[in-house]
This record gives sequence, C-alpha cells and structure tokens, in this order.
Amino acid sequence: MVTKLPKVPVVVVGMGWAGGIVSAELTKAGISVVGLERGKDRTTADYTMGHDELRYQHRQELMQDLSKETITYRNTVSGKALPMRHYGTFIVGDGVGGAGSHWNGQTYRFLPYDFEIRTKTIERYGIEKIPAWMEGLNDWGLTYDEMEPYYDTFEKMAGISGETVELWGKRTNPYPTPPLLKTPLMKEFEKAATSLGYKPFVIPAANLSEAYTNPDGISRAACQYCAYCENFGCEYGAKGDPAVTVIPVAKQTGKLELRTHSNVLELTKDGGKANGVIYVDMLTGEKFEQPADVVVVASYVFNNARLLLNSGIGTPYDPITGKGTIGKNYCYQVTSGGSQLFFEDREFNLYGGAGALGIEIAEYMGDNFDHAEVDFIHGAGIRSTQYGDRPIAVNRVPAGTPNWGAEFKEKSIKYANSNFPVKTQGASLPHKENYLDLDPEFKDEFGYPLLRMTYEYTDNDRAMGKYMSSITRKIAEEIGADIIDTNEEQAPFNVNKDSNTHNTGGVIMGADPETSALNTYLQMWEAENVFVLGASAFPHNSCFNPTGTLGALSYRAAEGIQKYLKEGGILVKA
Amino acid sequence: MSEQEKKDSVLDKRSSRRTFIKNSGLTVGGVVLGGALGSLLIKDDQSTITTTETPNHAATPTANPNVALMFFTPNQYQVTQAAVERIFPEDANGPGAKELNAAIYIDHQLASPWGSNVKDYRLGAFYKAEENQGAQTKILRKDLFLAGLDSLNRYSNEQFEADFKELEATQQDEVLLAFSEGKVELYGKVSSSQFFSLLRTLTIEGVYADPMYGGNNEMLGWSMRKYPGSRMQYVAEIQDEKFIELKPQSLNSHMGH
Ligand SMILES: Cc1cc2nc3c(=O)[nH]c(=O)nc-3n(C[C@H](O)[C@H](O)[C@H](O)COP(=O)(O)OP(=O)(O)OC[C@H]3O[C@@H](n4cnc5c(N)ncnc54)[C@H](O)[C@@H]3O)c2cc1C
Ligand code: SF4
Repeated sequence: MVTKLPKVPVVVVGMGWAGGIVSAELTKAGISVVGLERGKDRTTADYTMGHDELRYQHRQELMQDLSKETITYRNTVSGKALPMRHYGTFIVGDGVGGAGSHWNGQTYRFLPYDFEIRTKTIERYGIEKIPAWMEGLNDWGLTYDEMEPYYDTFEKMAGISGETVELWGKRTNPYPTPPLLKTPLMKEFEKAATSLGYKPFVIPAANLSEAYTNPDGISRAACQYCAYCENFGCEYGAKGDPAVTVIPVAKQTGKLELRTHSNVLELTKDGGKANGVIYVDMLTGEKFEQPADVVVVASYVFNNARLLLNSGIGTPYDPITGKGTIGKNYCYQVTSGGSQLFFEDREFNLYGGAGALGIEIAEYMGDNFDHAEVDFIHGAGIRSTQYGDRPIAVNRVPAGTPNWGAEFKEKSIKYANSNFPVKTQGASLPHKENYLDLDPEFKDEFGYPLLRMTYEYTDNDRAMGKYMSSITRKIAEEIGADIIDTNEEQAPFNVNKDSNTHNTGGVIMGADPETSALNTYLQMWEAENVFVLGASAFPHNSCFNPTGTLGALSYRAAEGIQKYLKEGGILVKA
Repeated sequence: MSEQEKKDSVLDKRSSRRTFIKNSGLTVGGVVLGGALGSLLIKDDQSTITTTETPNHAATPTANPNVALMFFTPNQYQVTQAAVERIFPEDANGPGAKELNAAIYIDHQLASPWGSNVKDYRLGAFYKAEENQGAQTKILRKDLFLAGLDSLNRYSNEQFEADFKELEATQQDEVLLAFSEGKVELYGKVSSSQFFSLLRTLTIEGVYADPMYGGNNEMLGWSMRKYPGSRMQYVAEIQDEKFIELKPQSLNSHMGH
C-alpha cells in the first residue's frame, strides 16, 4: 500500500551538497521544499568518537549500506557485470550531508578549456586530435565566464581557503580565506617545483584556514589539522559540509521539511513530466507517494542515472548506436602515474594533516601545455599532499618489499614517517563504450534493477598517465630522496583496488538535446520539471575533484528552478 | 619527568582546548555550532589534562577483561595467535601481533556483525569473477576464517607432520606463503589466498586499531611507529621541521571521564 501525500512545490531527492544547496536557495526565496534522504540526520555531535580509523575508514560507518544496494561492474560491453559486494572503490555517501560529510575538501574550479573542450581542441589541433571513440566529447553549453559567479557563490558559502592561480580562469574575487599552512614536505615540493620553473600553489581547501562567517551567517572554526578528515566527519565543523552550512540555513527558514530514512524508489510520470516520487521509509517499510511541481534528483551520480532509468524518464544511451543520453559519458579519474619518495634519515610529522592539505602545479593541466607532439589531450595536476597517515590504511614500503612478515614490519615502521608521494590527478574523457545502464539480472532489496557500470581506462588515459608520471619523477629527483619508486603504467580498472570517488557523467548537460540529457540549468530536455544535480551532469571529468563544479552548478540549477516555477517551460533554447 | 614528557606537557598546554577556542575564534552557540561541539571541547580539555599528568599505566594483559573469547575455541585462538605473529612478528622495534592481542581483536571482529557480512551485498547468484570484479564468494568472513584455520593445520600436517602452531617460524612462513599464493585447498571453491588476505588485513587492523577493539595492546602498535593515536589537533606539529614524538592517546581519552 502506498500512502499518497499532499502535493508540494518542490521535492528534493538526496541531501548532500547538491540537494542541500538547492534546498537552501529555494527555501531562502520562500519556496517550500520537502527533502528526502535515505540515511539518518547528522550533526557534529555524531563525531565525538570520530577519530576511529577502523570504524569510519575500514568499516565505512558513513557510507551507503551495500546490503541494500550496490552497483554491478564489467570492463567491456561484452562482459558479464557482477555486483560490487563489498567496498573497494566508490565509497558512496549516505545520510544528511551525503559524501560532503566525509570528503577531503579539495575544492577546484574547472578550467575555461573544460567548458569548451571540443571547440578549443579542434581549434588548436584539428578534428583529428579527437579519436572516433571519443566522439561524445563535447562543450558543456556554457562558458567558464558564465560559471564564474556560481563558483564565487559556492566558495563564499563554504569558505574555501586558497590562493589565486595564474594558469586558471580569471576570478572576480580572491578566495574568501587564505591558503592552509605549508608543511615541511610541501615546502620540499615547492622548492623543487620552483627551481624547475613551475609555479606551485597550495591546494584550495574546504578545510578552513581561519575562523569564517559566510554570507548566510554561518560561523565555523578553523581547521586543526587533526588528520581524521578523508572518510571522517569534522567534529569542529571546520570542514565545509552541507550538514553545517546549507542544510541548517534551509532548516532555519522553516520552509524545509527534511524527511530522513526516506529512500526514493522511482519517479512517477505524467506524459512529458514527472508527477512526484515514490519512497519507502527505511525503518518501517511504509511506502509513500509525494507529488510535486518540481522533482530535483540529487542522489549522487549512480542513483541519479538509476532513478531515471528505473522510472522510464529520458532515453537510455545505447553504446552501439551512440543514441540516447541517460547513462552516457560516464567518466572517472586517472591517478596511476606517480613517484614515491623514501628517506633514510628524515622524518616528517605525517600523523598530522588535513583532507585538502597539499601543494600542486598547474602547468600540465588541461591545455596549459602544447599537445601537438603527444598522443593524448587534457592533463593532470601534479601534487604532494599531507592528509595525515593513519596506520591501518597507510603502510608505504619501497617496491619489492613483501606485504607481510618480518621485512614488511621492519620497513613499514622504518618509513612510517619518512616518505611522501609526488602524485597525479588526471582528467578522464568519455569513451563510447564507457557508460551506465540497468543490470539485467541483479536487483536491490526492493526488487529494482541495480545500476550497471561498463568501464575501462582508455588509450588517452594510459598515454597521459605515463607522460605525467615522468614529470613526477623529475620533481621527485629534484627534491632528492634515498629511494624513488615511480609507477608509469595504468593497470586495468579494478573495482577492488582503484580507490577514487570521482564518478562523473551519466546524465550530462549540453547545448543539444540530441547529445545531452540536461540543459545548462540541469533541467531535463525530456521532462521539464525534473532537474538532475550532481557530477552526473559533467560531460567529461577534468583533472580536479568534482565538488567545486557540482556545487557551482547547483547554484545555477536553483536559479533555473525558481525561473521554471514562475514561467514554466524549457529554460534554454536548443 | 623525562625530556620527552616535559615536551609533551608543554605541547599539550599549547594545544589545550581552551587556547584553541580562544585562537580559533570559534563562536560556541553560533548559528551552527551549538551545544554539542561546545561540550565536546570542554570534555576534551579535561581529558587532555588527565592523560598527560597521569601517565597511562595500563593493566597487565591477564587483568585485561577484553582478553576473553566470544568466537574462537581455545585451539582456534592459539592457531590464530601463531599465524598473526608471522604476519607481524616481534622484532627489535617491539612486540609482534601476538603480544599486541591481534588474535583477541580478530575473535571480537568475527563475532561482530562484520564477521557475518551484514553490510555486504549478498543478493543474487554468485558467479565466478574476473580478477577486477572483486570477490564473489558466498562464504561469510567468520566461516572463511575458521575454514582457513582448519586448512592451516591440515596443510601443516601434510607438509611437516605437525599442527601449524607447533611448527618452526620458517616452516610457518612457508605454509603462509603457499596460502597467500592460493596454492592450498581451502573449502569448496574458496581460494586460500582469500583467507590469507582476510588474515593479513585483520592482523594489521588488530595491531593498529584503537585498543577499545581488543588489539593494539597498551597502544604499543602505535608507539612502535611513533603514531600519536587519536589526538585532537596538530597545528604546531605539522609546521615543525623536526619530528615531534607524542605519547599515543586512545579514544578513551575523549570520554571526558
Ligand atoms: C572519501 C571521499 C573523499 C572525497 N574528497 C573529495 C575532495 O577532496 N574534493 C571533491 O571535490 N570531492 C571529493 N569527494 C567527492 C564528493 O564528496 C562528492 O563529489 C560530493 O559530495 C557529491 O555531492 P552530491 O550532493 O552530488 O552527492 P552525495 O553527497 O552523495 O549526496 C547524495 C545523497 O543522496 C542520498 N540518496 C541516494 N540515493 C537516494 C535515494 N534513492 N533516495 C533518497 N536519498 C538518496 C544519499 O544518501 C546522499 O546523502 C570525495 C568523496 C569521498 C567519498
Ligand atoms: S583536518 Fe581539519 S577540516 Fe579535516 S576533520 Fe580535522 S579539523 Fe576538520
């Protein structure tokens, strides 16, 4: 039995950054919002015992419960996808704040090149530079200059700490707070990179460098470099987290009705529009129908695509014909290239750190260097970070050391405080056969098909990874260490090993309804009252963590939704 | 007071909660950070003082009420002790996994919901997986571990005519190596390398997880690698060119007693 509830103006599915931002903006404008979140409510009090490596990092306390739903994975279109039965990669958020509670806080803007990647690549190198399998590579439908105000709003809301980087797009304002501190290992990187002619910068962070009050009146404390950041909630509220920023602001308006333990199963349809959503109370099993004028889907990349596919909204992407859009251009992040430095007689205070603490260079990002002589496009950030090394997770030993036994113990202790990496974070560009659809066999606990991911690294990734690893080697050698191990090869994707949560695409934006699912307000071309928010909207993934960009787009979507509630119709002319 | 202890207390003063509140300009009772964080900070302030001024003389292992079995038989416990000690042996750095109570940790973990895979996806058919698709076996962790212990003994008897725990260390290493390479029959189609990987993971966790889980006895796992445990902040330390060794603190120090 499904209980039908009274209609509301807006229902939001998922209460992470995307859902939180939209809820805050709409409720501030006086619009009533019902927020449905499958997990529980969370505040800083939940993290009193937060410095527990086992519970949070290795038992995934804050992550989605895989016994209820997961994804299935295969590496080619002809393979059989199997479920990710336990966590390896893709630690998906759950509960109020979503992954924004346990993210690192590295907060970037994408490059001007990213938003016009197809046009600019063809302009500089000719159409031959884009291989046939990368045909899905497209401009985003808006430019960096149009994105700039939204980035600015997001950064001010979260209080991003950083310094202006010359090789990035122009900023109208400096970062709202100064960059984080530089640690000795960051200074080593800085010295070496500078002497090689690069201009290193401190990574922009949502870990506050100083106490900060944002335009909504939210005051937060400074980061204490406590090192329990990535995978953990911040007990100080120093980390930008929807649960300590946008969600309390929305609650304060009195216009947000937040329903936790409310898992949305599908959207209901009425011709070319959605009627609302069906959800189940995860504690009691009761089902409800919530009608709404506007449905905002902000349930992270995977469930954004899955909910649309399970509801028959939008045209599923077909990897053979290249037609259809839902599931298209799934991209990831390329991070294999890197060099690991080991020191015999130097110790760093590696037990301290913060999720976004690090230093980086921009010279090899995007199209900041000439790609005429290389067989790839786009690039990577090259960086050294200090997140704080926790002892279960981090046991770096020189190549060739066994991973157990006397030698492992000796070396892992010897180098515990005497190592650091120079690593890469590379762009991931679309491949025709990297996509998302519904699994034909495996179901969630309610009987709905799981999302199936078909993904493998591409030639572009492998060539780029190798090139970037040589730069990490160069910097590592300039720093100087007793042992330097460099990894050049990008191994095949492994759902157990590749630990990265930068999933993008599947419900992408663009200028053309033939090749994209959303317009630049993240409004669905095929269902005008459905807005789909998150990194699922990215037509490709740049060499950055995604959240700055998805946050900025969420502000733009909030603007679009308000316009739609007033005027109706498709907001952008195709 | 030793040099190190002196340094500790200076550092602790420098980093006390009260100073932190003052320096950071934290608005307790501000729009977002309400009473919960305020009381957390005050509690922690007290605990910082308690722990630094009363050095932690932990009870001897026999008096530790955590050292009791909720899952293993005594014999299974002993085999586990022997196995974890080879994964992380005693050496010049300090105790091995056995003395650190990793086997107690493992016992408690296997008895917990995690030992029964309650947060794993267990629906649908279990097919043979490609290497990059993650384990696809139905067996629960607790049963995999017991099957592994049986198999350790069976294989040890085949190779050396004695139970695993009776073997010389080098023989035990040989047995474990064979397990790690998936060369030993375990149970049905479950590979011995799957058991080995569980054993290895649990051993490292048992050495380094917070002592409230039963392992990392007296926080010696942490102190061996100069890891300070779960302190609240490192603003001064991360800027220092020199290494600063801090006495470890466990989550118990966050309880505010
Ligand atoms: C460990 C870790 C570190 C990271 N570090 C960084 C970083 O440094 N920089 C960066 O930019 N990004 C980082 N990320 C990624 C970042 O966290 C995400 O990009 C971002 O939080 C996504 O926001 P979102 O609102 O789109 O999705 P989420 O935060 O995932 O929110 C989606 C919400 O929807 C809920 N939901 C899902 N399905 C349903 C349903 N059917 N019904 C109801 N509710 C549902 C979920 O429970 C969740 O709360 C990191 C991620 C992780 C896991
Ligand atoms: S490192 Fe800083 S931002 Fe991260 S959890 Fe600790 S105090 Fe919070």
